[in-house]
Amino acid sequence: MSERIDVSIEHRHAPPEDGARPHPNTCPGCGSHYRDDELDAALRVCPQCGHHFPVHARERIRQLADEDSFSEEASELRSDDPLGFFDLRPYTERLAEAELTTGLGEAMVIGRAAVDDLPCELAVMEFGFMGGSMGRIVGEKFARACESAAERGVPLVSVTASGGARMQEGILSLMQLPKTVCAVEDLHDSGGTMISVMAHPTTAGVLASFASLGDVILAEPGALLSFTGPRVVQQTTREKLPDDFGRAESNYRYGHVDEIVPRPELRATVARLLRLFSNAAA
Amino acid sequence: MPPREAELRLRGQLSRLRSLPLLRGARLEGELERLQRQLEKIVAEPSDEEIWRSVELARNADRPYTLDYVERLFDDWFELHGDRAHGDDAALVVGLGRFRGRTIVLLGNQKGRDVKERTRRNFGMAYPEGYGKAMRAMELADRHGFPVISLVDIPGAYPGVTAEQHGQGGAIARSQSLMARVRVPTVACIIGEGGSGGAIATALADRVLMQENAIYTVISPEGCAAILWRDAGEAKKAAAAFKPDAMHCLELGVIDAVVPEPEGGAHSDPDEAARLLGDALGESLELFDGISGDELRRQRRVRFRTIGQLSTTA
Repeated sequence: MSERIDVSIEHRHAPPEDGARPHPNTCPGCGSHYRDDELDAALRVCPQCGHHFPVHARERIRQLADEDSFSEEASELRSDDPLGFFDLRPYTERLAEAELTTGLGEAMVIGRAAVDDLPCELAVMEFGFMGGSMGRIVGEKFARACESAAERGVPLVSVTASGGARMQEGILSLMQLPKTVCAVEDLHDSGGTMISVMAHPTTAGVLASFASLGDVILAEPGALLSFTGPRVVQQTTREKLPDDFGRAESNYRYGHVDEIVPRPELRATVARLLRLFSNAAA
Repeated sequence: MPPREAELRLRGQLSRLRSLPLLRGARLEGELERLQRQLEKIVAEPSDEEIWRSVELARNADRPYTLDYVERLFDDWFELHGDRAHGDDAALVVGLGRFRGRTIVLLGNQKGRDVKERTRRNFGMAYPEGYGKAMRAMELADRHGFPVISLVDIPGAYPGVTAEQHGQGGAIARSQSLMARVRVPTVACIIGEGGSGGAIATALADRVLMQENAIYTVISPEGCAAILWRDAGEAKKAAAAFKPDAMHCLELGVIDAVVPEPEGGAHSDPDEAARLLGDALGESLELFDGISGDELRRQRRVRFRTIGQLSTTA
C-alpha cells in the first residue's frame, strides 16, 4: 500500500509527482481517488465516470461465480524456462517475482464454478502476472479448462486480459495459439459452448487465438482489443489514429464483438447466456 | 531442452521409421536419410553467429518467394483472387495447381522484388482480407478433397489502422480454427520469415517443415529487443536468446523436419532449392495417403495440443 492515500476529491486532476506513476486507485478517466474498499464495493468501476479499473483474477472470480462455488483446477502447474532465456534479467527471476506479487502460479486461473446456479468452467487471466502473457502453462491451463468443460458438458467462460504471447518462451509461446485454438475446436465438436469476455487489454496472441473464438464475445467498456497496439501502429504508419482506436467501442462498431457489457451487468449477462445455451426452461 | 534430448528423440524417430517400411514401402527412404542428416547437424549446436546468419538469409532480398516456387513446382497453376467480401490481398496468394500428379490448393505469402511490387504486396504483410482469402481456398480444398500446401514467408501481420478495423486478430484466430477443422492433408513450410500470428494463421498443418535458413518467431528480433532490451539495436542478442532458427525449432518439436537448401542459401540456386522443397513436400503428402480425414484431423489437433509439453504436465 502506498503512503499517498487520498480520500478526498480535491486532488482530482492533480498531476502525479515527478516520475511517479499515478496511484492505482486514482481514476485515469476523471482523477477521482478511492480507498480499496470503496473500489471493491463498486466492482472496481469508477462511480464518477464509469472507468473500468483492472480486476485481478481472484477478484474477477468472486465477482462472477456463486459464493463458494469455485473449485480451482491445475493450480500446481508452474512454468519452466525452456530456452534458458535471459534478457536484462533471467526469465526464472521474472517468474518468481510475478508469483510473489500476484500470489498466483501463472497468468491464468481455471476451475469449476457456477453462475446463478448454472454450472460452468471458468478460465480467467491475470494481467498482473507478466502482463497476462501466454506461455506454455497458460496454454496448457486453457486447454485443460476446455477438456474439463467438455467432459462435464458445461459451457466455458473465459475472461481475458493479456499483452499477448510470452516472448521469453520464444517460438513455444507462439505455439500456444494453435494449441488453444485446437482446444476450442475440440470443445465445439463435443457440443460445448464458449463465452469469451474480453477485458482490458486483450491483444496480440490471445486476441488472435482462443479469445476470438467464443460462441459469444462480450467486451468491457473501454477495453483495448487490438492485435497490434496503438503505439506500434502509430510508429509504423505515422498516421493519426482515431481516438478510440482498438477500443471495445470501435470493435463493436466494426462488428467484432457481440456486446459491450459494463461490469455491474456482467454476471447477470453471463448467466442469461448460460441459460440460453443450456436450452432449458427457465 | 538440452540437445541430448532432441538427439534422443530423433534417434527414436529414426528407429520407429526403420521398423515401418513394411507398411508403407520404399518411400520412407528419403525420410530416413533426412532424419539421419538432421541428427548429424543437431549434435552441433548452432552458434549465435549462425543464428543471426539465418535471420539475414531468411530476409535476403534475392531469396525465392512463393511464386518462384510455384512456377518451378506446379503445373497448370491457376491463381484465385479475392476474399469474396472486401478485396484481394496481394500479400497472400492462393490458387490451384497440379503437383506430382494431383491437384492441390496452395496458400503462400508473397513479397515483392522491386519497389512497386513491394508496395503492391505490402512487403508480404497480409491484411485480414488475405486470411479471408486463404480460408475461402481451404474451404474449397476441403470440399473437393484437395491437399493444402502452405508456404509461409511473412515478417508479421500488418500493423495498420484498417487491418485492426477489419478484425486482424479474429481473422488470424478463425484461419487457424479452420485449419484445425479441414479433413484434407495439410503441409506447411516456412520458406523465409515465419513471423508471429501472421505465420501461424496458415501454419496449423499436419506436417510443418522449415527451410534450413528460414526463421520462425513469436515476434521479430527487433520487436523483442525493443520491448525487453528497450533498444531495437539489440536484435542480435534477442535472436540469440529466442533461437528462431530451424535447428532449434526442430529440437523444440515445433517443426517436423528441416528442408535443406543449396550451399550458400536458397537464393544462390533457386532451381535446386525448389527441387529440394518439392521433394520434401511430396514425401510429406505421401505420408498421409490412406489416412481418413477424421483421423488426420484428430492427429493434427493432438500434435498441436502436445507441442512443447512440459514433462511435468504430460
